Amino acid sequence: MEFKGKVWTFGDDVDTDVIIPAMYLSTSDPKELAAHVMEGAGTEFAGNVAEGDIIVAGKNFGCGSSREHAPIALKAAGVSAVIAGSFARIFYRNSFNIGLPIFEAPGILESVKQGDELEVDATTGTIRNLTNGSETTAKPIPGFMRDLIEKGGLVAWTKEKIKA
Amino acid sequence: MGMTITEKILAGHAGKEHVAPGELINAKVDFLLANDITAPIAITEFKKIGAKDVFDRSRVTFVPDHFAPQKDIQSAEQCKLLREFSRQYGLEHYFEIGRMGVEHALLPEQGLVLPGDVVIGADSHTCTYGGLGAFSTGVGSTDLAAAMATGECWFRVPESMKFVYTGKFSKWVTGKDLILHTIGDIGVDGALYRAMEFTGEAMENLPMHARLTICNMAIEAGGKNGIIAPDDITEGYVKGRARRDYKFFASDPDASYVEVRDYDVSKIPITVACPHLPSNTRAVEELSDIRKDQSVVGSCTNGRYEDILEAANVIRGRKVHPDVRMVVIPATQDIYRKTMREGLLDVFVEAGAVVSTPTCGPCLGGHMGVLAKGERAIATTNRNFVGRMGHLESEVYLSNPAVAAASAVLGHIASPEELGL
Repeated sequence: MEFKGKVWTFGDDVDTDVIIPAMYLSTSDPKELAAHVMEGAGTEFAGNVAEGDIIVAGKNFGCGSSREHAPIALKAAGVSAVIAGSFARIFYRNSFNIGLPIFEAPGILESVKQGDELEVDATTGTIRNLTNGSETTAKPIPGFMRDLIEKGGLVAWTKEKIKA
Repeated sequence: MGMTITEKILAGHAGKEHVAPGELINAKVDFLLANDITAPIAITEFKKIGAKDVFDRSRVTFVPDHFAPQKDIQSAEQCKLLREFSRQYGLEHYFEIGRMGVEHALLPEQGLVLPGDVVIGADSHTCTYGGLGAFSTGVGSTDLAAAMATGECWFRVPESMKFVYTGKFSKWVTGKDLILHTIGDIGVDGALYRAMEFTGEAMENLPMHARLTICNMAIEAGGKNGIIAPDDITEGYVKGRARRDYKFFASDPDASYVEVRDYDVSKIPITVACPHLPSNTRAVEELSDIRKDQSVVGSCTNGRYEDILEAANVIRGRKVHPDVRMVVIPATQDIYRKTMREGLLDVFVEAGAVVSTPTCGPCLGGHMGVLAKGERAIATTNRNFVGRMGHLESEVYLSNPAVAAASAVLGHIASPEELGL
């Protein structure tokens, strides 16, 4: 699977209150959440993000609360993938569980700027910057999590399990 | 090779003799929880799984505490989903307002989460129960839904990081100061994916409320769990509350740690975390020129009886500063009643503070004290991210209860020592 999109950059420690402020958590409707995504960093993103755009950020992306609303909002806003130096662990699991592709690539911000065009090969983890020609490889996805994805995610996997 | 307390608990729940960091395991879960924000998604996902029943009706609970008492129609709808699911599936524990509390204060108090347990909760501060000697960690709603159906959850066994605290606490320095200081030292991702094991002589004498406060904030350093080996203090707390059997675990002397850090607690100052990260810590004296609009005492971090008492002892006989609003929120109904019987709530009301029924409320900018643009609060809560308590241009400083109380009286960030205490 390949993703291609325009980059939005963010720094280190982007927390889930930034991704979706708590005042909007009285709903879990993806569209409503998407209307306010990344509002903690300003309103520019939610108003201008386009289908397929890619978020590139520093370390510890998604730190803070366990709210699954955060990856849900990003996905519903059209974000095709998040690439970060590292991820907070609950956000990492949640993204897999709801089907938001995420890639861990330490130091990624050194070779990617706001507005660059990226191409990501989800199978190999290869990240190509089509704007400046640079290339990086994301850390491989842990084996068990790959199995989960292949079986259609945690819900499908659990469904099979309780049948057995 | 020996195992750490975290590894032992996980091994036992995975039916294994031994586990090592990095290993993926499927572990049985003793207790599961979600709140009015995370449970609605968990319920939807649970229904998609198609399970006929939850794996054990006595081990799954929903606590409506975040936007409850229901702050608006949407919140009321969310709470209604929890109530209806709990009735439909016959969950033994459901905590309606008037009987509830902030989840991580409530469940230990009610003896529902216990030493040696594996607990998962759709709330990041589920790591609190490490204070009892349990392995407990936050997960998202979908992970919770899967475990509601199966009673199991997959984990990557975390590397353990050992924190050794020696020496005696200085006056007014509490568990909150210790954990803020530690996060300030290692950073908000300083323990990413790791188990934070808090040890040392200073930990051995620490009362349970302080242990729960310390483990509560392990997530603010990126930790998977925080844990303190159970002992006589744990036994004293759990005895008489426990609704199930429990088991004490301890790390082996030859257990292996990815990192060991030593702290002399006598050198830890009264600590405040400045906007906008819990790691942005300073000694309280350095912040005395910061004026503020609001003081909040409460939350899963510092809303327990001893916290309310500590704040009341500072407020007693004094008045809240004319330019300040003070909001006090006992974390559970039992704490509310005990502090009421002892006259502590009257101390606050007489001083010109607001006392609220249990709720997470302002901690996450929900209700009961949301900040306007440009306003600043000092709070005994756990996060000071951008917009956490309200407007994106408001600010939150994190402190212990005595500092939040002294600051309410003086109108600027202050140690109780400034009041001659």
